[in-house]
Amino acid sequence: MIVSFIVNGEEVAPRVSAPTSLLDVLRDELNLPGSKSACEQGECGSCSVILDGELVCSCLVMAADAEGSEVVTVEGLGEGAIHPVQQAMHEAGAVQCGFCTPGFVVAAANLFAANAHPTSAEIKEALAGNICRCTGYGAIIRAFQGLSDQTS
Amino acid sequence: MRISHPTTVDDALATVTDETQFLAGGTDLMVEVNLGHRDPTDVMALRRIEELHTWEGNRIGSGVTWRRIERDGPKGLAEAARTVGSPQIRNAGTIGGNVATASPAGDGLPFLAAVDASIELRSSSGTRSLPWHQFFLGVKKTARRHDELIISVTLPEALPDRQAFGKVGVRNAMVIATVCCVVTRDTDGATHVALGSVAPTTMRATQAEEMISSISSPTDSDMTEFARLVGSEVKPITDHRSTEEYRRHASGVLARRLLERCLK
Repeated sequence: MIVSFIVNGEEVAPRVSAPTSLLDVLRDELNLPGSKSACEQGECGSCSVILDGELVCSCLVMAADAEGSEVVTVEGLGEGAIHPVQQAMHEAGAVQCGFCTPGFVVAAANLFAANAHPTSAEIKEALAGNICRCTGYGAIIRAFQGLSDQTS
Repeated sequence: MRISHPTTVDDALATVTDETQFLAGGTDLMVEVNLGHRDPTDVMALRRIEELHTWEGNRIGSGVTWRRIERDGPKGLAEAARTVGSPQIRNAGTIGGNVATASPAGDGLPFLAAVDASIELRSSSGTRSLPWHQFFLGVKKTARRHDELIISVTLPEALPDRQAFGKVGVRNAMVIATVCCVVTRDTDGATHVALGSVAPTTMRATQAEEMISSISSPTDSDMTEFARLVGSEVKPITDHRSTEEYRRHASGVLARRLLERCLK
């Protein structure tokens, strides 16, 4: 079947044949490999996207159920420029192997869109669904705390 | 694979077949699909059905997400909601999905058991409402017929004054409970204790309830006896998440702490 939806502002209509995930369709059919495929159980958050305004794991969205929806992936953030959360991570050295980074970027961008000045506790809670196995959390939290302070 | 996206309950029920797999938030179903355990051929996606998102008073539509419950739910259920998965999971996962999956570890279920909630089911032949203990039959097994859709979860009109939820697990976020528990206490002392992850279904510790409900100001030794009863009533197993012995111990400790919170 053809599933029509919007990704990063553009209409797409990939062919979907199985109960495959939105994540697989983004990566394999739509050439958007920024969302990472890791646990495929919604535990690691590395596939985080914004679906109709809500932060979700794209591995747990059935692609066929994205019909008519609006999806924003890490590629769609920042409108061509680097997004402030990416800049903050870059400056704080909050990237080690980088595999979890796109998920953290999307989750943080979603947080800052709703709350420009999150507290450290709010940042930690908002990022609780994203796992960094390099255990680089200290630098990640500091990056976003810095951004929160900076924009105040 | 076929998928339908009905926008009303009537449309959904009119087209249900024996093969139909309902899809709500996808946070349980898609895990099974991704792991290759399930390969549905006829999917009915429910998230466009407005009625299922309706939350009026004590009647919570099955499509209401944990995110909303975390914000707007009664205290004991909101506390449970906050521990469901992660923000990403709570934005997608629904109370109806938690009920339908009927995992022994479902974080939302002890509250429903503690307050004696009921589950509203509808098919093309009518509506019925089952109390929670008639709905949950075993591990991931419920009384829902294949052609029935879970419409809502209905809480009693009046909820107990004091409600507390607690969960034991290996980390704070994104964890399946080793034990989860809800204790409620009313002004007249009536106390309910419901536990998850310690039996095939969510269960009530009725002996402990009976013992503590009759005591208006429990002493330290009453509390110790209460915890002992809870630990003896649960029916846990040893699995990859914990041991039977630890779960018994943790059930008593957790229930006692939650009771203390209710008594403050």
